[in-house]
Amino acid sequence: MKGYSFLSLARQALNRHQGWPVAWRTPELKKNYDVVIIGAGGHGLATAYYLAKNHQIKNIAVLEKGSLGGGNTGRNTQITRSNYFWPQSAAFFDHSLKLYEGLSRELNFNVMLSQRGLLTLAHSLHELEGIQRWANAIRINEIEAEILSPIEVKKLVPLIDIDCRFPVHGGFIQRRGGISRHDAVVWGYARAASAYGVDIIQQCEVTALNIQSGRVTGVQTTRGTIGADKISIAVAGHTTELARMADFRVPITSMPLQAMVSEPIKPCLHTVVMSPVIHMYVSQSDRGELVIGGGADLYNSYAQRGGIPLLQENIAAVLELFPAFTRLRLMRQWAGIVDITPDTSPVMGLTPLQNLYISGGWGTGGYKAIPAGGDTMAYTIVHDEAHPLIEDFGLARFETGALIDEGAASGVSH
Amino acid sequence: MLRIDCPWCGTRDEVEFSFGGESHLTRPTLDASDAVWSDYLFNKDNPKGIHFERWMHRFGCGRWFNVARDTLTHEIHAVYEMGAAKPDLAVKDPDS
Ligand SMILES: Cc1cc2nc3c(=O)[nH]c(=O)nc-3n(C[C@H](O)[C@H](O)[C@H](O)COP(=O)(O)OP(=O)(O)OC[C@H]3O[C@@H](n4cnc5c(N)ncnc54)[C@H](O)[C@@H]3O)c2cc1C
Ligand SMILES: [Zn+2]
Repeated sequence: MKGYSFLSLARQALNRHQGWPVAWRTPELKKNYDVVIIGAGGHGLATAYYLAKNHQIKNIAVLEKGSLGGGNTGRNTQITRSNYFWPQSAAFFDHSLKLYEGLSRELNFNVMLSQRGLLTLAHSLHELEGIQRWANAIRINEIEAEILSPIEVKKLVPLIDIDCRFPVHGGFIQRRGGISRHDAVVWGYARAASAYGVDIIQQCEVTALNIQSGRVTGVQTTRGTIGADKISIAVAGHTTELARMADFRVPITSMPLQAMVSEPIKPCLHTVVMSPVIHMYVSQSDRGELVIGGGADLYNSYAQRGGIPLLQENIAAVLELFPAFTRLRLMRQWAGIVDITPDTSPVMGLTPLQNLYISGGWGTGGYKAIPAGGDTMAYTIVHDEAHPLIEDFGLARFETGALIDEGAASGVSH
Repeated sequence: MLRIDCPWCGTRDEVEFSFGGESHLTRPTLDASDAVWSDYLFNKDNPKGIHFERWMHRFGCGRWFNVARDTLTHEIHAVYEMGAAKPDLAVKDPDS
């Protein structure tokens, strides 16, 4: 892999940008791999990268039914934070944020991490108390969180109307929170993994798993059968379908989560603003678009579009908080199918089949988890044992009852 | 936007209804194992295709009923009463 640098940029500029090498190979599909990863989203690609880099496994394929990054990783609103309530979540997500902080250098690819702060609003006294409790839990987890008064909120976000229908009573901010560029994360991992020899095979859908006495032996795909010593599932909204191929059931519901962007405007919003109760969040991308999201459409769906009622609710909430935005045009709206668990925490680790692994249940918030998800899943696949950071996130928790109920604890999911 | 045919009030917009998740779940007996109990409580069918599910006409008659809906196309294939058996749907192949 030729590294990107100031020098290479200058050289290519003189060359009229005609000589840039391809970012990743398009290899021939082999008959057998040591590890096959299903799904080339952020999680699948990061897992492949860390398998190759940290564990020197070379014979890896990532199989993708569409194009890499075309799933939720390429559709999400790229919020990155670690302000989780429960200690297990805090440890895992802060590990992820720390990896994000060094990711551009690690991958030699600018993921445009912008730690502009993530502000969570409270709209009533009760909610403020809830937020204080949440912020205190975060501090006990040794992650920073700062409570802000309504005046401080207004100073930070001048366009906000703190006397709106549900007046702003205050909020809290994680200053290390922010956004990064989702495509860059996917492309960066793909390029770096490919350089380590990982075969990324696009337009290759897994249609069945070959199973022999409690072990997977390979996958059947639209491009033929491929043998594998170990297989890992990283297919987000399609996790249930893959689990069904392996004959086990998972606690996952697939639902559409929408997002939308406005036309681009000059910089006017310098942090990410999030409101759990009126259920909206908004940030401004480096291109100037306002990136808006909210809750999921609350019924099972595999249709990647989302419904109008939720779209309207979402926009109404944003406009109530930011009256100035009423003048803007909406440019695009889309949805991804998110894999939601009963406690809104991910399902990671081992499965009922010996050499089959799972990374799913990422729901509405797995983008921020990509580096740590990849790192810990690579360890888990190699050691046949859950990485210490994800021990509590296994499927077993639904039987022991030790749920990690982040839905209730942090109130909002992105 | 779904248009749902309430058996009592007729066809109304989705916003009038609440979704109640998978239908036809049978509560296990009290001496069920943890595995059976956990499967009942948490695991879902979650198919890409026909889903048998409950809806409630919240801003209408307030009654529950069952719906067989395709989760990929959102097409509603049947509306039937609570307690009734799953309808036998000769499912159309979307590709044919
Ligand atoms: C609108 C929206 C906003 C979001 N906002 C945020 C946010 O702000 N912050 C955050 O942290 N998270 C957010 N999320 C969640 C986040 O996007 C996901 O949790 C994360 O991207 C999941 O990554 P993944 O690699 O597991 O899945 P994906 O990126 O979806 O990748 C899975 C891949 O598997 C492929 N696949 C599926 N079935 C098969 C098969 N049978 N064979 C081969 N390949 C298959 C798919 O084509 C897909 O490319 C958001 C999600 C959405 C939809
Ligand atoms: Zn009715």
